[in-house]
Amino acid sequence: MNTQTSPATLPGLCARLRKRYRQMTGFKALFGLGMVAILLLMGLFSPLLAPHAPNSQDLMSAMRPPDWTGPHVLGTDHLGRDILSRIIYGSRVSLVIAIAVAVFASLLGVFLGVVGGYFGGRIDAAVQKVTEIFWSFPPLMLAIAIVAFIGQGLVIVVIALTAQRWIPYCRVTRAETMALRDREFILSARSLGASSRFIILHHILPNVMLSIIVMTSFAMANAIIAEASLSFLGLGVPPHIPTWGGMLSDSRAYISSAWWMALFPGLAIFLTVLGLNLLGDALRNQFDPKLKSH
Amino acid sequence: MYLSKRILGAIPVLIVVAAVVFTLMQFAPGDAVNMLVSDEASEADKAAIREAWGLDRPPLVQFLSFLGNAVTGDFGTSFKYKVPVMELVMEKLPATIELALASTLVAVVIGIPLGVLAGARPGSVWDSMASAFSFAGISMPNFWLGILLILLFAGQWHLLPSGGRTPWGLDLPRITGFHLVDSVLQGRWDAFLSTLRYLALPSIVMGTNMMGIIAQMTRASVQEALHEDYVVTARAKGLSGQRVLWRHAFRNALIGVVTIIGLEFGALLSGAMIVETVFAWPGIGSLLIQGIAARDFPLIIGLVLVYTGLFILVNLLIDLLYTLIDPRIRVS
Repeated sequence: MNTQTSPATLPGLCARLRKRYRQMTGFKALFGLGMVAILLLMGLFSPLLAPHAPNSQDLMSAMRPPDWTGPHVLGTDHLGRDILSRIIYGSRVSLVIAIAVAVFASLLGVFLGVVGGYFGGRIDAAVQKVTEIFWSFPPLMLAIAIVAFIGQGLVIVVIALTAQRWIPYCRVTRAETMALRDREFILSARSLGASSRFIILHHILPNVMLSIIVMTSFAMANAIIAEASLSFLGLGVPPHIPTWGGMLSDSRAYISSAWWMALFPGLAIFLTVLGLNLLGDALRNQFDPKLKSH
Repeated sequence: MYLSKRILGAIPVLIVVAAVVFTLMQFAPGDAVNMLVSDEASEADKAAIREAWGLDRPPLVQFLSFLGNAVTGDFGTSFKYKVPVMELVMEKLPATIELALASTLVAVVIGIPLGVLAGARPGSVWDSMASAFSFAGISMPNFWLGILLILLFAGQWHLLPSGGRTPWGLDLPRITGFHLVDSVLQGRWDAFLSTLRYLALPSIVMGTNMMGIIAQMTRASVQEALHEDYVVTARAKGLSGQRVLWRHAFRNALIGVVTIIGLEFGALLSGAMIVETVFAWPGIGSLLIQGIAARDFPLIIGLVLVYTGLFILVNLLIDLLYTLIDPRIRVS
């Protein structure tokens, strides 16, 4: 196998790689942004886009297969509800949860990470202890425990998913803050009499912002899958609200007779999460100087 | 010395985890005693049951007595099944571990070669394919993949069973609870093969996410390693491309991969709840989901602790594995 490592071809290889990287990054970013745009449009304009009401039942036309020319493009479910309309309305829950979890998790995580990293000492040790405890739950387990005991609902799901999502934010911003803390521009700001609050807001935060943006893309992808998983297990939002995970859960009983009930909602989750993951990766390639120099 | 220190360090974490779950339980709406009695039970009956199950004591006392018992391996009695939680866990745990190990195997066997291929020829078709495959793997909701595979392999082609762990009527006396091990120990090759058939779909589904992450990680590590001086030296010495790739670049990439396996094992365990539910796999994941549906508090607490303990244990093992792979990392 040609491993392409001989020094003579190295510069050529690097140039080719760089070009390739730019192309790939461009494609990933485009695909990711496209998916985010579709999700936003579906969520914001559900009533305009959906051909039917998401919960209107029509048992006479239950389990109709997809029909590109008929009234039910992606078919109907066991209660005769239009799959396409339910997917469009279902995007709202995914969207709201993804945004809410990303916002709360980043606020909490960045606050704790920056404060711990900047002040160090006991404050940092305390933050580290809390992180360790929340991190020792396997992913999703804490969320499941919260929902299992406290009950279902949009707010509870957001709290449950935020409970662990803040940790990556905290870890990364803490590490970056610690690296920044002793840099000259911070030291000189401090010697000029700037308060800790001023330094954190004007010098530290702008410098960790890029990492936060990259992490947010992944956090949203993660939140969408996690919410769908909870809904699939019957532990998400109340069942009368259409969700992609809930639709998949319904589809299980009709798997041999109505494949479209399973295919389309799953595809919606998959493409949305794929888009967010690719976007996050493209952003990371773009912003991470280590990768960029390759 | 290091090991005992790490194990001792895990105990306070588990106690706090138990405290967190116990606190959450206090927020649970309704009266736990209603899970234990019929709807027609009188207040006197309820009071009697409450006393018998210790539910009348203050939460802190309940918690401390729970901790005291947990030290001896007694996690209380399940509301639903009326047997000790530990007994249920021990009965179902081997099924989950067997599935988790099979999934890890699937993830490693596909993910590593995929990542090495992609990393060895950056920018090639292989690279693009591996990259697409791994992104798809990471973004795939495992319950959807499970449903689709059941649809195809069980529903359409009738190649593999759609769920469960053993065919109806298969009698395999329990020795370890791991079906693959038990069937080998008893020389039951029919049972071995049927176990493999039942394992196939769930382990592929459960391993997919991990496969994607391992492939990405391996690709990045191999690519990085191939630019290192020692690899260039190895090439200059005249070693073949394959040998350099596997003996030098890959060996170094392995450390990152092992880390990922440890980190992702937790996600795998959580995934087990969903995959076991999809495939009716009789492990602790589906047991937990049933426990939640029945509001079986002792079972839920016991299982959350078992899950967390397993997660901590695996990460401990991974730390030990480091020292075997890379002699430079000697734990100080």
